[in-house]
Amino acid sequence: MRLPVQLITGSILTGFFVAAVALSFFWTPHDVTILTIADKLQTPSTEYWLGTDHFGRDMLSMLMVGARTSIAVTIVAVGIGMGIGVPLGLMAAANRGSLLDEVIMRGNDLIFAFPSLVIAILITAVFGPSALNAILAIGIFNIPVFARVTRGAALSIWTLDYILAARTCGKRALRISVEHILPNIANLLIVQGTIQFSLGILAEAGLSYVGLGAQPPTPSWGRMLADAQTYIYSDARLAFLPGIAIVLMVLGLNLMGDGLRDLLDPRIRRER
Amino acid sequence: MISLKNLSLAIHDTSILSDVSFGIQQGQIFGLVGESGSGKSMTALALMQLLPGGSAVSGQVLLDGADVLAMSETEMCALRGNEIGMIFQEPMTALNPVQTIGDQVAETLLIHGKASKSKAAIIARQMLDRVGLPADRFPSSRFPHELSGGQRQRVCIAMAIALRPKLLIADEPTTALDVTTQAQILELLQELVVEENMSLLLITHDLAVVAGLADHVAVMRNGELVEQGPTEQLFKTMSHPYTKQLFEASSHQPNRLGEPQEAPILEVKNAIREYAAPRTKLFHRPPPYRAVNDVSFTLMRGESLGLVGESGCGKSTLTRTILGLDPLQGGEIRLSGEPVLAGEHMPASLRKKVQIVFQDPYSSFNPRHKVQRLVMEPFHLTQVPENSRDHVAEVLETVGMEADAMDRYIHEFSGGQRQRIAIARALVLHPDLIVLDEAVSALDVSIRAQILDLLADLQTRLGLSYLFISHDLTVVRAITDRVLVMKAGKIVEQGPTEQVFTAPNHPYTQQLLDAAPHIPDDWQETKHA
Repeated sequence: MRLPVQLITGSILTGFFVAAVALSFFWTPHDVTILTIADKLQTPSTEYWLGTDHFGRDMLSMLMVGARTSIAVTIVAVGIGMGIGVPLGLMAAANRGSLLDEVIMRGNDLIFAFPSLVIAILITAVFGPSALNAILAIGIFNIPVFARVTRGAALSIWTLDYILAARTCGKRALRISVEHILPNIANLLIVQGTIQFSLGILAEAGLSYVGLGAQPPTPSWGRMLADAQTYIYSDARLAFLPGIAIVLMVLGLNLMGDGLRDLLDPRIRRER
Repeated sequence: MISLKNLSLAIHDTSILSDVSFGIQQGQIFGLVGESGSGKSMTALALMQLLPGGSAVSGQVLLDGADVLAMSETEMCALRGNEIGMIFQEPMTALNPVQTIGDQVAETLLIHGKASKSKAAIIARQMLDRVGLPADRFPSSRFPHELSGGQRQRVCIAMAIALRPKLLIADEPTTALDVTTQAQILELLQELVVEENMSLLLITHDLAVVAGLADHVAVMRNGELVEQGPTEQLFKTMSHPYTKQLFEASSHQPNRLGEPQEAPILEVKNAIREYAAPRTKLFHRPPPYRAVNDVSFTLMRGESLGLVGESGCGKSTLTRTILGLDPLQGGEIRLSGEPVLAGEHMPASLRKKVQIVFQDPYSSFNPRHKVQRLVMEPFHLTQVPENSRDHVAEVLETVGMEADAMDRYIHEFSGGQRQRIAIARALVLHPDLIVLDEAVSALDVSIRAQILDLLADLQTRLGLSYLFISHDLTVVRAITDRVLVMKAGKIVEQGPTEQVFTAPNHPYTQQLLDAAPHIPDDWQETKHA
């Protein structure tokens, strides 16, 4: 069987960043906590492969450690969104039209009604800026997205005959949701998951950019962008490098999501 | 008027049609009959040049002497709708749900620049009147969801004939409709052909439909025309064995040996099932809608009971209460003497006595499970036996499948095979009663005959009772001992099948029987002789 091209391209891109993160735990070309002011704003060389920033830190090392922050924050945030949103959506679909359904979906509407960045600022204003609070803010806003996608997809599965067959076998809503509904909407959730993951990367970068994400000295792509702002006319490289990293990461995740969907659906697999 | 000469079609190097040749005269109805996958719809799409990507066509399609296949897409757009109109099978999806019916009929006229906007609206109104949707009851401002299936199909017909095309192609126009509606639509098509002097290409799987309507019939198999000729002559001679085979399958009478016993397995007494009707005013709750109204009947052990009725008559709702999925609002249902309760109140020991087989072989199974797991699902009601693979193998063999089917996914099987697997799933717990909800309606006639044979055989061997729900009167007549006729939530007539079919008491039963298309008796006798 041939693998879809998007899956290969996406996996290579995503794998590249994951490998960089893994490597960063053991080795980086330079230590990102040491400022070598004498070497500031160096152009790429054999010593500094991607040059240095305005404090003389190695850009490559900064990007590697920054990817760590981005990915960690987003994994946990999307995990919160899926872990809470999907069960809520399944519950709402299983009890369609009931009070529970109303409460869950109106609760979702409530969260949807607030602009996520404003709430993130509120959270950080109350609890203080940190990576943990960025996780919470992004995670909470992922919940209604997953709940809604899950409920919509689950409702269409609930009308099918095999659900009726399972009910005549005495299976209860929970069992049916786990055994029949979830596997058949997993492809949608995976695609939504990768989209939310890429949006999460962007959101984390956004929060760090305004100073509400990971705090110095922990490097993060968003803050690297913010720091590079003042140098954009003299040394655009400082802004371009983290910018390109964000673009490639988001692109890789989206391609991987598309490819995974094609691979995981037995009906599409047959047609190819 | 239109003639096909050696039309061949291949899609991605798979041959779909080979050397199809036929001609349709002006004012003639031409019936194209075949089973699914025979290429009959592809023939129509080739006429319209609406073929999917990767198609390679050869041969000629001559419309009044001009070769349609040689025309450019621009020329085809001028032709489609204007000279050739088309009606599809599924009236539910053939109309745009957000446009009014008047606008949709007028659109054809506007696209072809045949009328100004106000004139198009007037012509559209005339067309809707013509197809039996009078302005006082069906104003042009109606939306498709406000109409029934038959009424929507009338709108589709109005769209197709708005420009008075020379040729109308109807691809299974009545397959999705009830028998009485089917009879009305077929009658309308016949009238239009005479009045407008059009030609009609009627594509169907149903020999009885063409027998009553077409002047000329062609039978198609695997992309080839096996036989064609004037309708009466073709039915009387049936020179090709495949035609004969199709005919025999469509009137197949399975060999039923078992005798029903005097012990009742299912007793339904004064059953009432109501739904809450939607609120129309804020503080006023409308009375509930009664889908099943005071229904009583008894089903004996080893008996096969038919339940006949048109869509919306409450037969599916009744089924759900018998299966213990929905509660009753009045009366009671007893299964081998014990009361049937809805949901979790029904004990597993009772639930395992009744199983169901559905109509649609595609949505009856979770596509992500292998056959073994699908067939084992009812074991949820009992313990999963240790040698479950043996049980599954045994039951698969009972329904005529290979035991190694259990390690494959459901999409690897054809519709008929899936229906066998569905029966296997229903049989695995050795139930007393199987509810067959339109279980053979989606199958081709030859496959249907095989499944009916299987059902008859299983009944004889295992002493099963069947509740056979169908809108297809021929099938019900072939497989049941007794029959119930249901209309608007009530049983209007019940009795032994032959008696109900030959001497119906209720006018509605009479109406159903009259509406069902049939092949004239004298055509059949010559064939048997």
